[in-house]
Amino acid sequence: MEALKPNEESGMEKNITKYRDDILYQPILKTSKTFYLSFAILSLVVLFAAFAYFKQFKYGLGVTGLNSPIFWGVYITNFVFFIGVSHAGTLISAILRISKAEWRRSITRSAEVITVLVLFFGLGNILIDLGRIDRLMIVILHGRFQSPLLWDVVSLTTYLTASSVYLFLPLIPDIALLRDRMQPGFRKGLYEVLSLGWVGTEKQIHYLEKGISIMAITVLPIAVSVHTVVSYVFSMTVQPMWHSSIFGPYFVAGAIFSGIAGIIVAMAVLRKVYHLEGYFREVHFNYLGILLLVMTCLWFYFTFCEYITVFYGNEPVEMSIFLEKMSGKYAPQFWLMVITCFVIPFTILANNKTRNVTGTVIASISVNIGMWLERFTIVVPTLMHPRLPYELGVYSPTWVEWSILMGCFALFAMIYMVFTKFFPIVSLWEVQEGREKARGEVTERLSTYLPPS
Amino acid sequence: MIRWGMVIDLDKCTACRACIIACQIENNIPPPSPEEAAKSRSIQWMRMVEHVEGEYPNLKSHIMPVPCMQCENPPCIKVCPVGATNKSREGIVDQVYGRCIGCRYCANACPYTIKSMNWYKPEWPKELMNSLNPDISVRPKGTIEKCLFCSHRIQKAKDKAKAEKREMTPDDYIPACAETCPSKAIYFGDLNDKDSIVAKLARNPRAFRLLEELGTEPNVYYLREGA
Repeated sequence: MEALKPNEESGMEKNITKYRDDILYQPILKTSKTFYLSFAILSLVVLFAAFAYFKQFKYGLGVTGLNSPIFWGVYITNFVFFIGVSHAGTLISAILRISKAEWRRSITRSAEVITVLVLFFGLGNILIDLGRIDRLMIVILHGRFQSPLLWDVVSLTTYLTASSVYLFLPLIPDIALLRDRMQPGFRKGLYEVLSLGWVGTEKQIHYLEKGISIMAITVLPIAVSVHTVVSYVFSMTVQPMWHSSIFGPYFVAGAIFSGIAGIIVAMAVLRKVYHLEGYFREVHFNYLGILLLVMTCLWFYFTFCEYITVFYGNEPVEMSIFLEKMSGKYAPQFWLMVITCFVIPFTILANNKTRNVTGTVIASISVNIGMWLERFTIVVPTLMHPRLPYELGVYSPTWVEWSILMGCFALFAMIYMVFTKFFPIVSLWEVQEGREKARGEVTERLSTYLPPS
Repeated sequence: MIRWGMVIDLDKCTACRACIIACQIENNIPPPSPEEAAKSRSIQWMRMVEHVEGEYPNLKSHIMPVPCMQCENPPCIKVCPVGATNKSREGIVDQVYGRCIGCRYCANACPYTIKSMNWYKPEWPKELMNSLNPDISVRPKGTIEKCLFCSHRIQKAKDKAKAEKREMTPDDYIPACAETCPSKAIYFGDLNDKDSIVAKLARNPRAFRLLEELGTEPNVYYLREGA
């Protein structure tokens, strides 16, 4: 437990720089006025969303803008969107860990937290969307496996469990550090329990590392399955422009895309608020920006494949929806999606000069707006044009749906804030390990790549 | 085993919409308020599909009544996560209102868009409250409902036949729409009985089914117009 040793060499004030990485402890030890203020504002938004939901619960889904035949709208869009963002943690953390990318060390934690939290909002939006939330137990008691919705329930709960374990395992040594540092009190007791008796023996470290690498590998196929199954909800029906075999990989790519964008935004906020410039450095944003650029191109490729097939096939039922997106009622949303998902991020990220912190953050915000629109333009236009001539559906979401969407974002920010107040948002021991061991390991690894001299 | 089916003769149909009214009264379907109807939220188990081809003055218009197709291979049943919609042994696609969780997946999966959602708690004008049909339940808010071929009438027909000490025959049971149709355009009966009127009409060269290419195998047939 090197990090616990006083850093004697620096001659600065003892009580502030007594420990290495002291700035990472600051959010846990001190809480500023700005924190309480923003927390209060966010809780007002959440309260308003709760009021909106209460209204919907009391009177029925009629308070939304949904109708026949547009039975699904903002809530299902949110569901797909949030599940997508949840892929941040898995990708950044698991893939980077497995591929031994050293620059991951300071960013894994903040990504993993997003995964776990955002999953609740994905699940939550499905529950909000139910007409009879009071009958939820029926899904468990009488669930039928032939429905893609039940595949969702299974893979989502598996993913939630796996990613929670994957968040918790690397957290144990950090909790132990906090436990040793805290004055006796409620906090110390909490860390005492959560640290599971970690003292950092050889054996413990061995098992922890084994556990983390098993989970990193386990979590990957589960993550892929989750978003594939989410897409199956649409593609397993025979509805035009939903019934597409490309939907599985298209949704997974989109999920990773919005996930990376989500983590970049979160990192930028943390960096600003908690002064973590030393941990989330330019290079992290640059590397993540390159990953985002790759996903931008992949997104464009998938979208192109999807739409060119429909256009060239020229089937009337599919074409009516295609045209609705290209030049009809949903053209603004569709083209805004193309701009925010491709034009803006591609221009910013493809240029070395603009791929800096500000640039990647702008691109990421744009991508997240675009990905929400992508989900929306997949869900709604198909429902607008049923196969049989029908009263043409018009869907305009009401204040209830918008305030619940806002409430989701606000509640997510609040829980994330609370997390940073209890646990270090940058993995202390992994950064420490990087300082102490990684250099030697990398040199050693490098020598195995090169031809023997 | 009986397989209930319907044949609608489009040559005879005058699009008077009496079947829709009969259905609403028989099945306790609440009349929508004008505001809700404008939002296209009215519940209809039988609806009139209108389709106009060409441009004025060379118009060709089709109007057809569309109930639930009672598919042999229903896309709605496949997607229901809780089994709130399933198939009876006599071929009717059933709704279990007490089990429906209101996810509306079946409504989206149905290629005929015949399912309706209870967006609010159903309400009737006070005058109509006394004339609700006691044979069929009032659906709670937040659940899906649709045409069941008036399947509550089967139970009634069975009870009647039992009281008269005989087996129920297909002639004992007819849905409200078919019973009401003033131009007798709606035929109803057992498709498995080769000699029944519906089976004979289903073999007619004029007979067709909606969206047959999807393989849903509807038990509702139409007889083409103007043949």
